[in-house]
Amino acid sequence: MNFDFSEDQKLLQQTARNFLAEHSPLSVCREVLESDQPYSQALFKAAAEMGFQGTVIPEEYGGAGFGYLELAVVAEELGRALAPIPFASSTYLATEAILLAGSDEQKSQYLPGLASGEAIGTFALVEKPGQNGTEGVETKLSGGKLTGTKLPVLDGDVADFAVIAAQSDSGLSLAIVDLDQAGVTRTSVGSFDPSRSMARIEFKGAAASVLGKEGDGAALADRVLDRAAVLVAFEQLGGAERAFEITKDFMNGRYAFGRPISSFQALKHRLADLWCEIQLTRSNCYYGAWALSNDTPELGIAACISRIAACKAYDLAGVEMIQLHGGVGYTWEYDCHMFYRRAKLLSVMLGSPASWKDKLVTRLREQKAA
Amino acid sequence: MDFKDTPEEAAFRAEARAWLEANAELADPNDPGDDVLGERTDPATIAAAKAWQKKKADGGWACITWPEEYGGRGATSIQNVIWGQEESKFKTPPNIFGIGIGMCGPTVLTHGDDRQKKQWIPKLLSGEELWCQLFSEPSAGSDLAGLRTTAVKDGDDWVVNGQKIWTTGAQFCDWGILVVRTDATAAKHAGLSYFVVDMHSPGVEVRPITQINHGQGFNEVFFSDVRIPDANRLSEVGNGWAVAITTLMNERASIGGGGTGDVIGDLIELAENVDHGGRPAIEDASVRERIADFYTRSRGVQYTGYRTLTALSKGTTPGPESSLGKLVGAALAQEMAAFGIELGGVAGATHGDISTPGASAFHDMYLAIPGLRIAGGTDEVLRNIISERVLGLPPESRADKGIAFKDIPTGPAS
Ligand SMILES: Cc1cc2nc3c(=O)[nH]c(=O)nc-3n(C[C@H](O)[C@H](O)[C@H](O)COP(=O)(O)OP(=O)(O)OC[C@H]3O[C@@H](n4cnc5c(N)ncnc54)[C@H](O)[C@@H]3O)c2cc1C
Repeated sequence: MNFDFSEDQKLLQQTARNFLAEHSPLSVCREVLESDQPYSQALFKAAAEMGFQGTVIPEEYGGAGFGYLELAVVAEELGRALAPIPFASSTYLATEAILLAGSDEQKSQYLPGLASGEAIGTFALVEKPGQNGTEGVETKLSGGKLTGTKLPVLDGDVADFAVIAAQSDSGLSLAIVDLDQAGVTRTSVGSFDPSRSMARIEFKGAAASVLGKEGDGAALADRVLDRAAVLVAFEQLGGAERAFEITKDFMNGRYAFGRPISSFQALKHRLADLWCEIQLTRSNCYYGAWALSNDTPELGIAACISRIAACKAYDLAGVEMIQLHGGVGYTWEYDCHMFYRRAKLLSVMLGSPASWKDKLVTRLREQKAA
Repeated sequence: MDFKDTPEEAAFRAEARAWLEANAELADPNDPGDDVLGERTDPATIAAAKAWQKKKADGGWACITWPEEYGGRGATSIQNVIWGQEESKFKTPPNIFGIGIGMCGPTVLTHGDDRQKKQWIPKLLSGEELWCQLFSEPSAGSDLAGLRTTAVKDGDDWVVNGQKIWTTGAQFCDWGILVVRTDATAAKHAGLSYFVVDMHSPGVEVRPITQINHGQGFNEVFFSDVRIPDANRLSEVGNGWAVAITTLMNERASIGGGGTGDVIGDLIELAENVDHGGRPAIEDASVRERIADFYTRSRGVQYTGYRTLTALSKGTTPGPESSLGKLVGAALAQEMAAFGIELGGVAGATHGDISTPGASAFHDMYLAIPGLRIAGGTDEVLRNIISERVLGLPPESRADKGIAFKDIPTGPAS
């Protein structure tokens, strides 16, 4: 039994942590949050120079050719740092979609830019409130032209291209569309977490190329989401753990009634419970990472439990962070709300926790029937 | 990251497996298996459990981490886990030796002298003699060091008076580990001493206590002028607390890494077969959400166990962080049992009736779990342990520090 990262992977994690301590202190997230800039270009560029975006991209396309365990530790660190960059859209979603289903030509066209950070990709399924995945997609793909609207698209305002789901003659399909062309209109939409931006994208006859087998879109999108769910879960884990640490430190230093508030049993027990949630999440994430890196059939269930646990732990960490800080926790000036916001954004961005719970039960029943 | 054995572990597993195949029958994986709290009081079960333990001892597979000179094989902790994993795949009698082998034996091995080890360990290991833990008292549970049973020196003996309670298995045990107060004028933790008591001694009276589920797993044990030879004392007079800590640490080390996966399977099965408004309950979104939460949580506990095993495999001893397993696992099991009952709707309350298939099993579970949330450290005590020993938060402020035990305030009931 070796249910842990290797020494090399831990070293990579430490390198990422040191790098982010320097290039992504929480003030960098705050800067994006408080300004009009959609993301930190400097950080995205510096991360690319570290090779983060290209972690799993094969060397022939300019990546590092590492595995998913390496990408998982990087994700955890990006999550800890609240890195305000379009990393998830570009790396866990767009890159994964192309790696999974792209033709040689598509791979050569997109992967080098994704690896070097010169290009940003995103992934667009939903079109209106209430949707969580590929259900109810109305955007049409016909004769290589796209018509329809995607809303909201995370990082849709800054991405160079998007992998989108659309109805074609053969059914739901995935397609790649360059966003800098006539026939594409993008409008920024407000974000609950303004350190991460999103947009509405309208397509009126924009040129697009099918990704993967036409008609295979729903299954393919599910596979991309499963892979991204594990990686985003590591970001959530990192964020939750950081929120926990900041809260614990604050409580040790804050005195009330002549003693540190961390000495009150009601609060000690809440920290203990939060710690348990984070441990359970870490364990489920490790299982997800194992399934992802070995591309095993267990990935379907592993992705669900990584994501369900991570959404719960990070949400709880954000909620407790504000509450246990008291009044200052509710101020714009303190960082608590940045975690609270990021946690909520991540908990819906790949589909709500409820939608993943539904998916999990379907998969458990399939497994039982098999 | 993988679940594979190292080559040495694989070789050990094969060896264990070979012995088991030659000596036991493979179990049906769908067999519900042991009950939760080891309330096995019927003589036939005890005899069968003892016979299996003896067989293991004769084959060199009992208490494998113990030193060879006392009948063990000096195995590592991870080998012990591997052995446990393999043994659990075979049809074996319920394990009634958890307290003796898991807690009493290791304490004797740590604090006993050579003569004591030779006297007690071989028969403990072979299952010929059963052991119990005489720690808790009516006024000392979570606050164990508040115990009041006394021992007074008389010649080469100690004379014990007082009462223990919640002693699991006392009614069929031969020996007990006993913490008593030998000096009430010393500070609370300093006045304790630790003995091994012969449960057949004159003056020991065991009265079973009926649990909420009708089981009689635990007992009251009364001591009236019970004489214990000084030779049965472990460690020095007044050092009983340190010895007790060894016992409690070993309680924690008995980790399994097992989950509650089968309960989820039962819940899904039940939800598929129960009708909710014209369709199977499993199609109901609220039912699905609960089942998904249960599954995620129980896998979390299971994989946390794997992380602990990984640490063991690398030679690290599990620390206070392994309190998580019981804290999360027991409450989760209780919630799952409650949900299993609720799935049946109004009929969920019928017991032993076929109107809700499988619901009775959830009744039994729902009645067993509260004990698990109290025994071996209550949920609240485990949260104290995690917050203080894992997270390093300040200890509880206490009203009993630095005063003689006899001067510590007590409630009206004690
Ligand atoms: C099924 C079962 C088997 C058992 N087997 C044995 C055995 O074999 N040998 C043995 O010696 N004992 C045994 N016990 C006893 C068990 O260890 C005690 O019941 C347990 O430690 C709690 O002590 P108590 O019952 O005195 O409750 P108390 O300690 O009085 O607790 C009452 C409540 O107060 C809470 N509480 C107490 N102190 C604190 C604190 N500091 N902070 C927050 N909350 C606190 C508790 O969590 C609990 O909710 C067994 C118990 C059970 C239920």
